[in-house]
Amino acid sequence: MDDLISEFIAECREMLEALGGEIVAWEASPDDRSRLDSIFRFVHTVKGNCGFFDFPRLEALSHAAEDALAEVRAGRRNADPVLVSAVLGIIDKIAEMIAALDAGEELPAGDDSALIQALQERSEAPAATAAATVTEAQSRAVAPRTIRLSVELLDRLMSGVSDMVLARNELARRLRETTSEVAVDGAFERLSSIIAEMRDAITRTRMQRIENLFVALPRMVRDLSAELNKQVLVDIEGGDVELDREMIEMIRDPLTHIIRNAVDHGIETPAERLKSGKREIGMLSVSARQSGNQILIDIHDDGRGINGKKLVEKAVAAGVIEKSDAADLSQREQLALIFEAGLSTAKAVTAISGRGVGMDVVRSNIERIGGIVEVDSTVGVGTRMTLRVPLTLTIIPALTVSVAGQSFAIPRSAIDEIVRANGESVTLEKLGGAGVATIRGRRVPEIALSDVLGLESDIPEQDRSLVVLRPAGADVYALAVDRIHDHEELVVKPAAPAIMATGLYAGTTLADDGSPILLFDPAGIAQVGGVKLESHDRAARIADTPTAAVEADTPVLLFIGLDGARRAMRLAVVDRIEEVPSAAIRPGAGQLRVQLGEAILPLAGVHGELSTEKVRLFRLNDGTCEIGYAFREVIDLSAIANEIIPAEHPGEISAVTLVAGEPAELVDPHWLFSTFLTASERMPLQPVCRIPADDPWMQNMLRPIVEAAGYRVVSEADEFEVDLAILSDLSADDAAAARTIRLRAEPDPASGKDTSIYRYDRAALLTALKSAGAGSR
Amino acid sequence: MSELLLIVSIGGERVALSAASVESVVELDTLIPVPRAAPHVAGLSALRSRVLTVIDCMRSLELGATDCSDGIREAAVVEMDGHHYALIVDLVEDVIEAHSEPTPIRAAMGEGWERVSQGMVETEEGPLLLIDIAALVSGAEVKAA
Repeated sequence: MDDLISEFIAECREMLEALGGEIVAWEASPDDRSRLDSIFRFVHTVKGNCGFFDFPRLEALSHAAEDALAEVRAGRRNADPVLVSAVLGIIDKIAEMIAALDAGEELPAGDDSALIQALQERSEAPAATAAATVTEAQSRAVAPRTIRLSVELLDRLMSGVSDMVLARNELARRLRETTSEVAVDGAFERLSSIIAEMRDAITRTRMQRIENLFVALPRMVRDLSAELNKQVLVDIEGGDVELDREMIEMIRDPLTHIIRNAVDHGIETPAERLKSGKREIGMLSVSARQSGNQILIDIHDDGRGINGKKLVEKAVAAGVIEKSDAADLSQREQLALIFEAGLSTAKAVTAISGRGVGMDVVRSNIERIGGIVEVDSTVGVGTRMTLRVPLTLTIIPALTVSVAGQSFAIPRSAIDEIVRANGESVTLEKLGGAGVATIRGRRVPEIALSDVLGLESDIPEQDRSLVVLRPAGADVYALAVDRIHDHEELVVKPAAPAIMATGLYAGTTLADDGSPILLFDPAGIAQVGGVKLESHDRAARIADTPTAAVEADTPVLLFIGLDGARRAMRLAVVDRIEEVPSAAIRPGAGQLRVQLGEAILPLAGVHGELSTEKVRLFRLNDGTCEIGYAFREVIDLSAIANEIIPAEHPGEISAVTLVAGEPAELVDPHWLFSTFLTASERMPLQPVCRIPADDPWMQNMLRPIVEAAGYRVVSEADEFEVDLAILSDLSADDAAAARTIRLRAEPDPASGKDTSIYRYDRAALLTALKSAGAGSR
Repeated sequence: MSELLLIVSIGGERVALSAASVESVVELDTLIPVPRAAPHVAGLSALRSRVLTVIDCMRSLELGATDCSDGIREAAVVEMDGHHYALIVDLVEDVIEAHSEPTPIRAAMGEGWERVSQGMVETEEGPLLLIDIAALVSGAEVKAA
């Protein structure tokens, strides 16, 4: 009997999980017969079994729901929101009772008549809120044959296979040591591949479709939006992506939190949405996809977005950051502030979110499993949160390093970069005994692994390698190690408590040679090494002192010119790289010019014929003017660190220097701008002249003269400040013009006070234009 | 029903371990030190593709350190809370039957011994000190805490 009951409970739970999404989808499209059928089937099953097991309350509930749904199926009743809510209420109650049965408790006391009564009520007006879902419902149609297994058994299998892999590694090592026969080798190879296959399969048994996590979302969003009087449409994609079962549990809470935030703070009320020109129904899309050995989960809403500036204000007020630092924050850094403890942009704490458990908890939970949370938001347009989590917890990609002859492993997810201590862009300094490494202008605390571990390293400091680490919940720091070895995929096991007590290690593992290796916990090392955590990323940002700036390497773009020469262009003057068809390049007004969209720029760098159909060019910018510089291909981004040998004569090439180990010609941007810009183009600020648009004489006869004098011509439609206005109406005035020229049709002025100019007096007109243009600057 | 005991000698003293909790007796060759760990953790070793945390019983009992420099050491492998430990001992002697339940020892022992003592058991070789393996593994810190 007990077996039967537990079977019944398990079956109910499975159906309940799948039902959460179905029932909300049914509400959105009440005509969907298949969804209605599956809900009906559930209550029917429960009813049938309850009678058998003698659970009268369950039976009464499911019976009532079955009756109501049967009426809908028979077409006598519509699936309106009130009915859906009532059915949902009953299903919740059933779930509650089943949970109690599962835990072996007594059924909770209570009266179900209110729930049953709710089914009888007919709604008059359609309810204000509705949520709908667009799930990939079809995917569930053909279910593969399954059996139920206990999770412990799976875990045992998994750990058995992990041990098998390690045992195989040891056997491989032993085989290498002895001179083995070909037959033995062959058999071992086969064993190896079988084990690898088994490991794959077992790993997959631990995998669950992320759908298990997603299936509850439509229901949650529906309830939330109803509570908040909002309308939210949930779009779920990628439910068939598979993820380690443990991982799914680990991301359940963070994901729930993010979605609650999105509905509560992100998506506006229908009225607000209409006012800002959006559809009244908010879109919330949740999608999962696999990328390498990571799973990316995107949660995207089209709500009001996150106001970075407000966040900064809050952060300053809460003392999270210094006011002086606040101004330097980039947009990305501003948004990242939502992950700071104690910051919430919500004006008021609501029942849904903002109860102190904030995004900081989300981040630390995700980072604990080796994942990353990213946020991207545009005010008024929406917010996108991305969770990146590893596929599984047990196999960790790691970097092996050694210090004082002993090997250790560092999880790769925490590694930012690896540099040599004696590299060109790295300097090490000691400040009061503490190490500070400057890596490409960025100051990061540096600790020597040998000091942290209390080992003697015989490698001199400048010959070590620096591993730049960005551990979860801590700041960037550089760890000096003797040697970097290899990337390995390690099967990590927890270490004994006495070892974990050091705080330095995350676990142990066996290397391929069978010897144990300790896996570091990068955050622990930072803590033991005394790296202060409060400074966070911001303070570590560009810390270049003026002297350092002089010595700092000038970043250059290394490229090959159209003539095949290896050249370098200072990165600062390159605005962007464009590709144009060679037809867009043609001679004009005495020199080669290129058309880029609306603009025509002088083109440099062309030596000889243009052979290719497409020409790539740098768009160079000196702050006011632009010119193009054609090239064949970009080699790399590099830096000038070596001696510069100046050219003898001024020209396109200002000097020769070694870049990335080979000589390169350094392009002189000053010469380019001074040579290729003609007088009018070089005029930094073009004066603006307003001419009446409806005057054909002005437009056809006067305008060319005005433009030739260097003015940009606008009409009355552009109501901004202009340098000069030309009017034909002698009494009119242009308040927004610095100067005004009035033109009269008669050769002689009407009176002595008249300052207007006869419109065919070309000399007077040009003088007036010139003085007005000069006066404006 | 009498319990089986494994007789080992630590620091020159013959003591008894509950044989049921000892998985195997091994000879350790490689020993990977664990920097910064408690002093009685001698390091890590591998046994049949499992990681063993090696406990130096001499240090755990605050009797000085076992000299591990000469290479191979005998050790008793035990499992506690899912972790495998190898207890370095001077010598593993024999397995014998216990003739009595452990009884408290009223005489004063050394501090280290006092901490790991589970009492005295009678055997056919005379009374022996029964060691609490968990106390041996957790070392001297527990007392301080």
